[in-house]
Amino acid sequence: MSRPILEASGLTMRFGGLLAVNGVNLTVNPKQVVSMIGPNGAGKTTVFNCLTGFYQPTSGSILLDGEPIHGLPGHKIARKGVVRTFQNVRLFKDMTVVENLLIAQHRHLNTNYLSGLFKTPAYRRSERQAMEFAAHWLERVNLLDLANRPAGTLAYGQQRRLEIARCMMTRPRLLMLDEPAAGLNPRETEDLKALISVLRDEHDVTVLLIEHDMKLVMSISDYIYVINQGTPLASGTPEQVRSNPDVIKAYLGEA
Amino acid sequence: MSQTTHSPLKTAFFSALLVLAVAYPVLGLKLTTVGIKLQVHGASPATLWAIAACAVAMFFWQLFRDRLARAWQSAPRLPKIPARVSNTLTLPSTQRRVIMVLIVIALAWPFFGSRGAVDIATLVLIYVLLGLGLNIVVGLAGLLDLGYVGFYAVGAYSYALLSHYYGLGFWTCLPIAGLMAALFGFVLGFPVLRLRGDYLAIVTLGFGEIIRILLRNMTELTGGPNGISNIDKPSLFGLSFDRVAPEGMQTFHEFFGLSYQSINKVIFLYLIALLLVLFALFVINRLIRMPIGRAWEALREDEIACRALGLNPTVIKLSAFTIGASFAGFAGSFFAARQGLITPESFTFIESAIILAIVVAGGMGSQLGVILAAVVLTLLPELTREFADYRMLIFGALMVLMMIWRPQGLLPMQRPHLELKQ
Repeated sequence: MSRPILEASGLTMRFGGLLAVNGVNLTVNPKQVVSMIGPNGAGKTTVFNCLTGFYQPTSGSILLDGEPIHGLPGHKIARKGVVRTFQNVRLFKDMTVVENLLIAQHRHLNTNYLSGLFKTPAYRRSERQAMEFAAHWLERVNLLDLANRPAGTLAYGQQRRLEIARCMMTRPRLLMLDEPAAGLNPRETEDLKALISVLRDEHDVTVLLIEHDMKLVMSISDYIYVINQGTPLASGTPEQVRSNPDVIKAYLGEA
Repeated sequence: MSQTTHSPLKTAFFSALLVLAVAYPVLGLKLTTVGIKLQVHGASPATLWAIAACAVAMFFWQLFRDRLARAWQSAPRLPKIPARVSNTLTLPSTQRRVIMVLIVIALAWPFFGSRGAVDIATLVLIYVLLGLGLNIVVGLAGLLDLGYVGFYAVGAYSYALLSHYYGLGFWTCLPIAGLMAALFGFVLGFPVLRLRGDYLAIVTLGFGEIIRILLRNMTELTGGPNGISNIDKPSLFGLSFDRVAPEGMQTFHEFFGLSYQSINKVIFLYLIALLLVLFALFVINRLIRMPIGRAWEALREDEIACRALGLNPTVIKLSAFTIGASFAGFAGSFFAARQGLITPESFTFIESAIILAIVVAGGMGSQLGVILAAVVLTLLPELTREFADYRMLIFGALMVLMMIWRPQGLLPMQRPHLELKQ
């Protein structure tokens, strides 16, 4: 087995007196889809926020390819290839769809001021390539026709897809999706599932997923972590988790 | 029936009484010190009549308020600008064309206008330059900067000091002043740009005041409250615009064999200001279409999403702050060269407020709006010179009316969108 891409151990996050996350361990192997499930308020998003540098975890360590990343600011972690989406979609609503994708490529663009002011050939080429890359992914997520529409005017499902495409613009290695299927209809959920498989199989992206849609989670995940009230409850393959009595109890209550 | 007529009459009567009760002691009585005693005098009959007239006016106003309101209701409204027209007006391409027309007018202006008109136009252009610079910070990047005048002062004093102590010319100092202001912007921005909204506004406000007070108190270097005088005027490739050239220089009129005309100097200054404004327009137009311009916009919309995508918010904000400050530096050095005398009192908070008013009144992010607002807000004090005492009152009233009628600014601009060509 190859070395895990992400390894978090003893991750703890305390807000004042509230222990939101308590000793969570995660191991994510490359080119897998790993899911995190748990009842509402279990601390899944808090784990995401810790992993992506939006919160500084109270204790615990996070290794990306064996290199510690805890304590780094969010944008530095993103530059290392860990990119996330948000539970409530966070697009730049007044900007067009294609501009949303260009923003995400900012780091890869020619951002030299002088070359931009004089529109040098190198600058034009970099802008053109960014446009082409954006168009390529818009086609992939089936949004090419809407490229010049303000992102805020898109339907909800389309916004979700755009957010994933925007993440792909940063050339991520680990894509973290926070409830990507929330608010999607069954057909859109099927499309999402296909998209995630494509990302893993064709683009070598590892996916860490928070999701409540059990059908989706069980069918797509290689490995599942269950969290309840901030503490790890169980982990294993979908079959193992499905038959775990503790998990059933947490989800359905005491029989 | 009696009930309905009785009530407004009573209100009207008491309102009039209230006017008398408040106005008479405040305006109708005057205190004078005679020796060590305080004496009370009645005010002039004119004042008393005015108070009485106000009370009567208040009486009738209260009495006929309802009817007046109804009359006002039926009065024809201001025609609303049709949606399509206003959409066309806010399009970047339309505004660009209007700006082109304005530039042509501005180029022709000095050769037809009087000396005073050219002089005022130069002042307008300084404010346009300042407005365009602050527009980057406030309008594009969404950072509220109340101390913008600090960078203006840095630019002005950079030129004044370099010219005073080292005899450097305007054209050498212009880029230096821009760089100095940018440096100050960078140094200030670095620690404070983690703050947002109100906090940032307060810190920048303090910064502007600190610069001014520093300049006033560093008497040995900056001349303190007296400022620096006899600052050299700009020259045209070594040609001076004075009547008699200083040592080793030639004058413009001698070189071209013309008779001396003092208006030449004014026109020359105007053209420099115009050049600076055109430069600023060009740079800003390119910037908003560049990746950094997009990043400013994105950061204004959603900072968290930006961070999640690997954009460093501090660096992006800092770039806006620094670039904005450099334009204030250019404006400052030109201001120093034009006035020939600068004192710390040229850079008070009210200047910052006026520049901010230009940006807000013009419509955030809109260059044409900034130009129009700069024209209006600079000409207004000049045109109302007779009412100098009420200048700030008019200014304030205008701002309030603006916020009621056009809270989005005179001419807001839609951002130029990048299109995917298919």
